[in-house]
Amino acid sequence: MDGDRVRHWESLCVEEQPPACAAACPMHLDARTMLEKTAAGDFAGAFAVFARHIPFPAIVAHVCDHPCEPACRRGERGGAVAIGRIERAIVEEAYVGSRRTVQKNRRAKRVAVVGAGLAGLSAAHDLAVRGHVVAVYEADVRPLERLHRDYPPEVLPPSAIEADLGGLARLGIEIHCRARVGVGDGPIDLALLIETHDAVLVALGPGPAAGFAAILPLADDGRIAADPDTCATGVAKVFSTGRLGDAVDGYSPIRAIHDGRRAGGSIERFLQGASLTAARSDDGSAESRLHVNVEAHPPVAPVVPADPARGYRRDEAMAEAARCFPCHCLECVKVCEWLGFWGSNPKRYVREIYNNDCIVMGNRKSNRMIDGCTLCGLCGEVCPTGLDMSEVVLAARRSMVARGKMPPSHHEFALLEMAAARAPTATLARHRPGRTRSATLFFPGCQLSGSLPGLVERIWDHLDDRIAGGVGLWLDCCGAPAHWAGREGMVEAATAGLRTTWENLGRPGVVTACSSCRVMFEGFLPEIAITSLWECLAAVGLPAGSAAAGGPLAIHDPCTTRGRPEVQRAVRDLAGRLGLKLRELGGPELSTCCGFGGLSRFADREVAERIVTRRVGEDPADFLAYCATCRDAFARAGKRTAHLAELIFSDPARPDPAGRADPGLSARRRERAALVRRLKRERWGEAMAEPEPTIELEISDEVRLDMERRLILVEDVVAVITEAEATGRRLVDPATGRRIASRRVGEVTFWVDYAVRGGGFVLARAWSHRMNVEAAR
Amino acid sequence: MSETIPAQAPNLVCTTCDRPLVIGPVRASYLGQTFPVDLPHCPGCGFVYVSPDLADGRMLKVEQALEDK
Ligand code: SF4
Ligand SMILES: [Zn+2]
Repeated sequence: MDGDRVRHWESLCVEEQPPACAAACPMHLDARTMLEKTAAGDFAGAFAVFARHIPFPAIVAHVCDHPCEPACRRGERGGAVAIGRIERAIVEEAYVGSRRTVQKNRRAKRVAVVGAGLAGLSAAHDLAVRGHVVAVYEADVRPLERLHRDYPPEVLPPSAIEADLGGLARLGIEIHCRARVGVGDGPIDLALLIETHDAVLVALGPGPAAGFAAILPLADDGRIAADPDTCATGVAKVFSTGRLGDAVDGYSPIRAIHDGRRAGGSIERFLQGASLTAARSDDGSAESRLHVNVEAHPPVAPVVPADPARGYRRDEAMAEAARCFPCHCLECVKVCEWLGFWGSNPKRYVREIYNNDCIVMGNRKSNRMIDGCTLCGLCGEVCPTGLDMSEVVLAARRSMVARGKMPPSHHEFALLEMAAARAPTATLARHRPGRTRSATLFFPGCQLSGSLPGLVERIWDHLDDRIAGGVGLWLDCCGAPAHWAGREGMVEAATAGLRTTWENLGRPGVVTACSSCRVMFEGFLPEIAITSLWECLAAVGLPAGSAAAGGPLAIHDPCTTRGRPEVQRAVRDLAGRLGLKLRELGGPELSTCCGFGGLSRFADREVAERIVTRRVGEDPADFLAYCATCRDAFARAGKRTAHLAELIFSDPARPDPAGRADPGLSARRRERAALVRRLKRERWGEAMAEPEPTIELEISDEVRLDMERRLILVEDVVAVITEAEATGRRLVDPATGRRIASRRVGEVTFWVDYAVRGGGFVLARAWSHRMNVEAAR
Repeated sequence: MSETIPAQAPNLVCTTCDRPLVIGPVRASYLGQTFPVDLPHCPGCGFVYVSPDLADGRMLKVEQALEDK
């Protein structure tokens, strides 16, 4: 896989972007997780999240100006979550001080901080956590004097300040009060501090800054001149805060703390000799790129505290926290069983798929995931940035095939099935008998030919009746299974064969009943003018006697009609002419796959069955499908589903098309070949021998369904029994008299457990495996 | 595949040799890998029996593990 494309795909998914609250918080507090824990009553866990991001949890809980709240997306649905108030409740319920401990640092440095305001102490905190020796010098009688001065005790209790300062002491930070730092005067000389420390942070407001002008040049606003992004002053080793806390609109405690964090970060980089500017991610409040479907959430009003002065009680805080959506995108995961099955999000999946692709030795853990996707493109349809996982998956499959790493069991059956549908016995491409040219060719697709062979003839006759110049018949497979399997060479061979056939027939236009065939023709045989049967029927008109009025039916569009509204419209138009009442299943653009697409059904039956189960549960009404595979997949899942063509070309002998059972893999294969023989015999008068009747074999519906799941054909079972009975090589269960035999075909061993009854046999069970077992030599 | 080896041979008789199956070493191979395993087989002609449970269970797991290598 191409690394650049992979990175592009990864960058499209926004699910792992921080939510709006975390982006807006200068400290990037993970409020979403904190609120989730609060809502669940886990205040200790919520506090741990809070304190992980915020060095002064008690102070911030009381005085934060919470820039997160105006950004909160709940604001659009009832009012922003009261994150500030919840923080206070968390601190009241679960305050245990900062849990941060000092890291071991074998290259610990000495740092002096001038000024014990929030900015200076925040930097001191971060540097102490990194294991440095930090001394703080404060001219006032106590640290954080400004907080004492600016906030009345009912807003910020002095005990909260004391509690957080206790945390700093535990980190080993020495705070020297009444310790005015000056230039050339007083007990503590700035020049001396610079000389005796590895770095110095000056964290002062504009007033005191003027006193340092002799060493540290001032900017126009009277503050110490420093780089706004790195806090570096023009003097080596010296950094200065004070550029954020008071910045735009008055004092903001959280911006002051962030200012200190940024300065501390720069000092840490400086002490390590690293770049001050490379890959910084601490530039404060930002806009979130996370997409949130806000409309999906009903509005809910904020919780009003019983006592506003006291703030939220425990249960009030929990109820308010529960108003957090929480913000996620996951639009694709919500609509796709496959994406949901693997428990994560596309950004991770893209990475996992790429890692899987890069493995040289060892286990490829994502093979099954890669081959379970139906390639239906619904994710790309709902994704705000258009990430279409089918592109990722198809690229991965092609790469697996190219490197010989595609698990053989995943697609072997489907590709053998395709080979059978393309065999001379199952294909035909001819002008109408008696004609030498065709205006149009009817290409029903191998699935319709197998599922409803009689209908193929009736449609063909009808089209020929209505279209001047005659309609030829073309029975073949479009090569879609090879495309879905990532077998580019096989697709090329198949489409080259189709091109030659088409050229030999005089290059007419093609009408197809199958939307997958249509997509394949459009993609690989663009020189062929292709239309859907439905658009064609809408144009040429319905046959006499089609009368299907009734309903309502819930209409399922095949996923391969996505982006082809003209087909979807034509189908609805035809249904209208039949007098059918239709119900939409979320609309044609949001259609899901039936599990056949992408060969999902063959590689990962479990996921494919979930897809079908979810789809058929969307509406209790009978379904209307217009793809033979969709129709049969739903029927197999027990959902009454009619094929539109069966309603248009109604047949008194089949009064209930929606109730028709899934013919199954064996019958479809048999019917395709039978249709070719019948047509040659009846339409072209050729002598066609029918195959010799084989053994008489009884198979119950239950066993048949089990074989269908296991991808075992009736002909496989017949071959096992025939051989076992001819050679006598079999086992017998003396208790029941039942026989057990096996036969290896290619890479698969088929086993059959059967009884003898009369002149025939009754199948009890069939199973298979790929491993070869033989007697030890 | 050791865990699924039945302690007792299934009660099946080889029709060719008219002998009950016994459990013992046979050769299993897939994707170019061959390994010995104890399975029920006919002591006469060597016909090896793979039960549905074995095929759907442990054997399938091993096949998949080899395919993912
Ligand atoms: S829809 Fe899916 S792929 Fe697109 S951004 Fe959202 S989570 Fe990511
Ligand atoms: Zn034997």
